[in-house]
Amino acid sequence: MQRWPVLLFLAWACFLFFSGIGLFTSGFLLMRIELTNRSSCSDPLAAPAWAGQGLAPGACWMPQRVPKAVLLIIDALAFEFARFDPAKARPRPYENKLGFLHQLAGSQPRHARLYRFRADPPTTTMQRIKGLTTGSLPTFIDVGSNFASYAIEEDNLLGQLVQNGRRVVFMGDDTWDGLFPQKFFRSYFFPSFNVKDLHTVDDGILQHLYPTVDGGEWDLLIAHFLGVDHCGHKHGPDHPEMAKKLAQMNEMLRSLVDHLGSDTLLLVAGDHGMTETGDHGGDSEKEVNAALFVYSKTPLFGAHRPEEPETIPQVNLVPTLALLLGVPIPYSNIGEVMAELFSGDGGDASAALRQLSAYRLNARQVDRFLHSYSLAAQDLPAERLRHLRELFSAALEEHDRLLAHVQEGLPASPELEARLRRLVGRFQRYLREARAVCMESWARFHPLRMVAGCALIAASCLLCYVASELAAALDFPYRSRLLYPLLWGLAVAAVLGLGQLLTREGPDLVLVSAWAAAASQLAFFWPSWGRRPRRAHLAGGQPPAASAGLWQRLRAWQGPALPMGLLFLRCCAMFSDSFVVAEARVAPFLLASLATLLVGKLHWRGRLTAPEAPKQPPGAAFYQKESWQLLGLLAVLLACLRLSGLFHQCREEIPRCQPSPCLAPLSSLQSTQAKNLFYLLCVASLAGLVCAVRRWLRHYGNLNSASPLVLFVRWAFPLLAVWIACYWAVTSGAEDTLGKLQELVQVALVGFPRAVYGLASLGLLLALWTPVTVFVKDSRESVGPIVTPYQGAPSSQAELLHVIPQIYRRMQESLKSQLDRGHRRATVAAYGLGSVYSAALVIVLTVLGFLLLILHSERMSLSFLLLFLEAFVLLRIHACVVSLAGDAGDLPVRRNGPPFVVPWYAVTAWVFAATQFFYSTGHQPTFPAIHWNAAFVGFQQGHSTHLLPAVLVGANTFASHILFAVGCPLLLLWPFVCEAPNSQRRKLKKELREELQEEEEPMMEMRLRESPERFSAALLQLGLKYLFVLGAQLLACVWAAMILRRHLMVWKVFAPKFLFEALGFMVSSICLLLGIFLVMRVDYAVSAWFERLQPR
Amino acid sequence: MKDTEIKRLLSAHIVCVFSIILTTVVPPLFLENFSVLGTHLIWLCICSICVTTVNIILYIILKPNPSSKRISFAHKVTKFLKCCVFFFISCILFHGIIVLYGAPLIELVLETFLFAVLLSTFTTLHCLCMLGPNIQAWIRVFSKNGAMSIWDNSLQITTMCSIVGAWLGAFPIPLDWDRPWQIWPISCSLGATFGYVAGLIIAPLWIYWNRKQLTYKSR
Repeated sequence: MQRWPVLLFLAWACFLFFSGIGLFTSGFLLMRIELTNRSSCSDPLAAPAWAGQGLAPGACWMPQRVPKAVLLIIDALAFEFARFDPAKARPRPYENKLGFLHQLAGSQPRHARLYRFRADPPTTTMQRIKGLTTGSLPTFIDVGSNFASYAIEEDNLLGQLVQNGRRVVFMGDDTWDGLFPQKFFRSYFFPSFNVKDLHTVDDGILQHLYPTVDGGEWDLLIAHFLGVDHCGHKHGPDHPEMAKKLAQMNEMLRSLVDHLGSDTLLLVAGDHGMTETGDHGGDSEKEVNAALFVYSKTPLFGAHRPEEPETIPQVNLVPTLALLLGVPIPYSNIGEVMAELFSGDGGDASAALRQLSAYRLNARQVDRFLHSYSLAAQDLPAERLRHLRELFSAALEEHDRLLAHVQEGLPASPELEARLRRLVGRFQRYLREARAVCMESWARFHPLRMVAGCALIAASCLLCYVASELAAALDFPYRSRLLYPLLWGLAVAAVLGLGQLLTREGPDLVLVSAWAAAASQLAFFWPSWGRRPRRAHLAGGQPPAASAGLWQRLRAWQGPALPMGLLFLRCCAMFSDSFVVAEARVAPFLLASLATLLVGKLHWRGRLTAPEAPKQPPGAAFYQKESWQLLGLLAVLLACLRLSGLFHQCREEIPRCQPSPCLAPLSSLQSTQAKNLFYLLCVASLAGLVCAVRRWLRHYGNLNSASPLVLFVRWAFPLLAVWIACYWAVTSGAEDTLGKLQELVQVALVGFPRAVYGLASLGLLLALWTPVTVFVKDSRESVGPIVTPYQGAPSSQAELLHVIPQIYRRMQESLKSQLDRGHRRATVAAYGLGSVYSAALVIVLTVLGFLLLILHSERMSLSFLLLFLEAFVLLRIHACVVSLAGDAGDLPVRRNGPPFVVPWYAVTAWVFAATQFFYSTGHQPTFPAIHWNAAFVGFQQGHSTHLLPAVLVGANTFASHILFAVGCPLLLLWPFVCEAPNSQRRKLKKELREELQEEEEPMMEMRLRESPERFSAALLQLGLKYLFVLGAQLLACVWAAMILRRHLMVWKVFAPKFLFEALGFMVSSICLLLGIFLVMRVDYAVSAWFERLQPR
Repeated sequence: MKDTEIKRLLSAHIVCVFSIILTTVVPPLFLENFSVLGTHLIWLCICSICVTTVNIILYIILKPNPSSKRISFAHKVTKFLKCCVFFFISCILFHGIIVLYGAPLIELVLETFLFAVLLSTFTTLHCLCMLGPNIQAWIRVFSKNGAMSIWDNSLQITTMCSIVGAWLGAFPIPLDWDRPWQIWPISCSLGATFGYVAGLIIAPLWIYWNRKQLTYKSR
């Protein structure tokens, strides 16, 4: 058996896809360039002094309006939380809880005001902090670095304050520590990692807040509360816990205002909102809508008060705060000042003048930024920039004219005021347009790379298809199809890499791998290009005409037409945003159609009906027993598909969608009875899984031997289940009631998951070390001496007593063996040899299942049970169909067992099922739907590295991809495993007809071992087919993202879908390699086992 | 012989098609506010009833599978009752299958059930008329070489077309076009109806084109 070439070929095919994905991604998801320029007081932007408005010595750019400010960031303070509607009779837990804000705004309208604070997506906390301090827009791809905070390189508000000698004091979320290392005059950081912990950060802040405020040693005080956000993550907004948290915030604000001096500005801001499930990260209306509340003990605002709270973008806070505090606006800011904060007291004209000077500074700063940015990068369209420039210079000219006007000392007139107002409007328009241009362009594409990436992926798909056809023949030309392409690819990579090393600093890895992939693909396709004429020549030698050849080819296509057609439909669905949104229901629909059509086709071809018996009346047909079994399996499959729909997560695009209640952790349930009931159900599903697997193994005799793996199944499976159940019990128990046991609970929360991880890894290692689960009973005669020599003294009595029983036993044995010989020769009986490959795979799958299960919320265990059931039913249907379809074949097919080729329908159904369970394990291809909680299972205190949390979250997200990809070789093995009863049935039939046939034992999987060449070819073919189906879906996604890159929904639907699909492909392909590797490892071990058996 | 049979088949099918067209045209004359999309449930009832009666009348007139034996009245009654039971079971089965394919389980039960009735009318009723309540015969007809007359062939074609039509009708549901016909089960029932009509038209034509190849086993 060729083990390494097969694995190498598959790995190479995966690499081809990966390089295509890399190339496309580099063209599709471009990043914004960060400028390192900084603003400073000496910049010539500063306004010429107005008449009677000299700059105070300490201030720069603009006179300082407020000496001190407190910025309270309440994480995830959505606008609904801050609004107070007295008319509401029965407010929900999160409504009407911040009454103090309402009271302030009502009683002192010139001192306080509430705004809608629109966050720019992505709405993750770190991105928002970046936006709130630099005034710039984080780009799409930055999302990936959520777990590790990197220091902000760009010019920012804190940097400006520090540069100008202000004291910034911080308390709260320690994300800021990573973003602004050593910037704070004093700081109190508290860990933010543990989302389950509602109180540590808030209590810590409250402990330090009032003393610090009273101490007065600060100019800007920032406090970042996390309780509300964590409460949302843990319980969702609609929970009494949220009401408690918001009430706490309300009290905090009330007493803080008492402590504030009259010269201090208070800003209360939410960095983002939250969805109905309490998550955030995306760009839905609920996530984007945060609140901002401004208050000062001296009047700030004009008399005019808007009816409905104004909506302002979050970046606007940066220039506003900078100018109010009298420091330069950060260099890369694209926000706009909040004009009403600059009006202050005095007449309308003077207020407008002050606003105007703020706008002018702001506009000049943005213009300067756009200019230097366009020099550094070519993303911004030149035409738009020119237009902006014109707008800006026109406004500036008008400004200068007006300035001259005012300096002449003309009295304020209504006409002047109107001109001032118009000018402010022009600056506003400029600033808004500039911001829009930036927003549009920071999602710019590299078309050439995108097309090339697409082409690479398409070529890889074609390669998989061609190679899977080639693998059907026994002699796969590894030399010409694997070795030469690899050499070509390596050569090209080496040349390019060296070339780039010489010319530039570092090689562009993406480009080099793409060129290498392209070269090796060409080398692969080269032989088929040359061989085609020869083949045509060979075909021409046969009598049938060309049309017959075409007909034959069409006939050959009839088999895969059905799955290919459905796959094509699924790929088409990727191009419509509605279908991507509804994919959770589309995938099971297509899978159900595939299964039903498959059975229908079998029926149509008459394979389900029994061959006509003489007794039967003419014109009637009966189903065989197996056909009824098949129909039953189909019904179970359909039921599984429908039930799995109960576990779906919601996308915000679907209105009136209720997310599955099973997604929430058990601890969020309020009724104890329901909690207990669900807990028991979850534990029952765990127990059911363990029992089912053990039963299956026992049925095929793989549970008898004393090898370490079998012992693991016997003892560690129940242990794993018990540990998981204990972990669930601890997490779902109400935290507050335990009181004294708190420490023990903490230990249990960490200990149980880690123990599960450890034991499961041990199981996986065991499966790799000794994968053979065969129990051997050797009934051959032992060759040893008949009587063991007697060591004692040669006294006759004792010797006789020693020898006689031995002789007696020996006689007994030989007599028995002679009696047995009448029936059969002495043999080695091996139990479980027929299913040795699948047994190892099933064990590994179960262990993986446990690992993935603990990463999900408790009630998802039901979904996992469904997953295993559905996979089992799919395999049974496949085996049934193979046996029924083969039934009508001629005798050689019967005797050789099932074919070594896994048909397309099975592979397609398997991939569809993987997709379906991606959704049914509560996932959606959007960022807010990622289960971040998974990173903290067993790591309550957070992580020091970011590899481990990424692995945990990734395993959670792609759980079904992992399970189905590892289990993929079962598609090849299962028909062999299920062979046993069939051949018995046939045997019976045969005995009826002719009793000449020798008694035939079911060979099951040993058929595979008998022809190792065909086995390895079949594995290669299966892997390639799986890669092809996955690759076709990926290709459709990539294509859709490329074609629809200007679509309204590209960042909301297509880009996330592409990212999830690409990641899913990578995970699946790697797991597929692992699954095939495991089968080969078993094969190797079985060979070794046979060799050990022989010499005895 | 065969040509006359095909003509009879064609005429029967044309009557069926007309009856369906009439169900959309006539009711507005009697009922206020009637439209296929607006009052879909009423149309579903009317269409099912109309197709049922037309089919039964056609069956009585044409007698596609004449049996030589004389059948007693009691036997006829039991056969009729059996047919009714079969029809009801098929409605429930279709309902179950539709739900398994993703239709809402609790809401819109009436809509789903009427759709199941419509599908049964297009498929099961035909089978009942042609073959009687005889499952074995049904299994035989819906296989590759099972057709024993052109009536069996037309049965195969119309049934498959109706079901494929209903299947295709599910595809526009997720689209965000906000059309009235995208509401469950309108698109599916319209798809089934169009499929049925297409099947009625295709069947005689297909049989006519392939009349040379079609040879039937003797009974």
